[in-house]
Amino acid sequence: MSDPDKLKLARQFIEAIPHSRDLGMKLTEMEDGVAVITMPYDDRLIGDPETGVISGGAVSALMDTCCGAAVMSHPENLGGTATLDLRIDYMRAATPGQAITARATCYHVTRSVAFVRATACDDDSDNPVATATGAFTVEGKR
Amino acid sequence: MKRPEPVQVVKQRRDAALSALVSGVPYIQYLGLTFDRRGDELTGVLPFDEKLIGNPLLPALHGGVTAAFLEATAVITLSWSYLWEDIESGALDFDPSTAPKLPRLPKTVDFSVDYLRSGLPRDAYARARINRSGRRYASVHVEGWQDNRDRLFAQATGHFVMPQRR
Repeated sequence: MSDPDKLKLARQFIEAIPHSRDLGMKLTEMEDGVAVITMPYDDRLIGDPETGVISGGAVSALMDTCCGAAVMSHPENLGGTATLDLRIDYMRAATPGQAITARATCYHVTRSVAFVRATACDDDSDNPVATATGAFTVEGKR
Repeated sequence: MKRPEPVQVVKQRRDAALSALVSGVPYIQYLGLTFDRRGDELTGVLPFDEKLIGNPLLPALHGGVTAAFLEATAVITLSWSYLWEDIESGALDFDPSTAPKLPRLPKTVDFSVDYLRSGLPRDAYARARINRSGRRYASVHVEGWQDNRDRLFAQATGHFVMPQRR
């Protein structure tokens, strides 16, 4: 299967997740343990009505989806995955009106666990909004 | 001695405060999250909805939904405890007809979620315990369960920066 086909399949898979689809997440990259997903700004996701800043919970949902996609794209993980642990550090408020893009890297895989880290940015890609580290299950191996 | 206030007055004031706090956050409304109140104790209730699914094959709740649910429960419980005295004394006005300016919510610094079992396609509940709440920082632990209170499906710990009194 050629790379564009693989990306298309992966995109369809991620975008078929009801919650991710509902938040408008779009997968732009998914290969060899790296995934990139963008989530558009949406009034429904506001956590601070006074400033219009997106809720930390919505950023968590983006991070979790992106980390999971990175695990699924790793050549040593053959099946699906589930989150074991996810820690998110919130560095600053995301700028209202801007989309948030998360990039996750699955940097180590054992027989049973995949380790992932991720960064989320808005238009100012030099100053991350949040970072995440997590452990995910590895399936399809014994 | 001052006579105790009639129970309806107390309940009405507390419920108006809680409802103002919760309905002010669009994301909480989007998730469909509500809060049960018994005295000052809050329980977050997340009614199941198709849009909350993360794995359509199992099916299971999205890990991000679980994180968001626990975080929102932590933030609201923390605000609630921090505002409690002002709600009780009547210093804070939550009467919707006067369009009160709501107090700022605590800001999340970090949030770490432990996924213990997959979230079933059912209603979920969460309760937060404030481990420490100072003038500037707070540390909160949250537990989430579905059918059985002692079979948690997730738990989390987070740190928060408290809003400055205005």
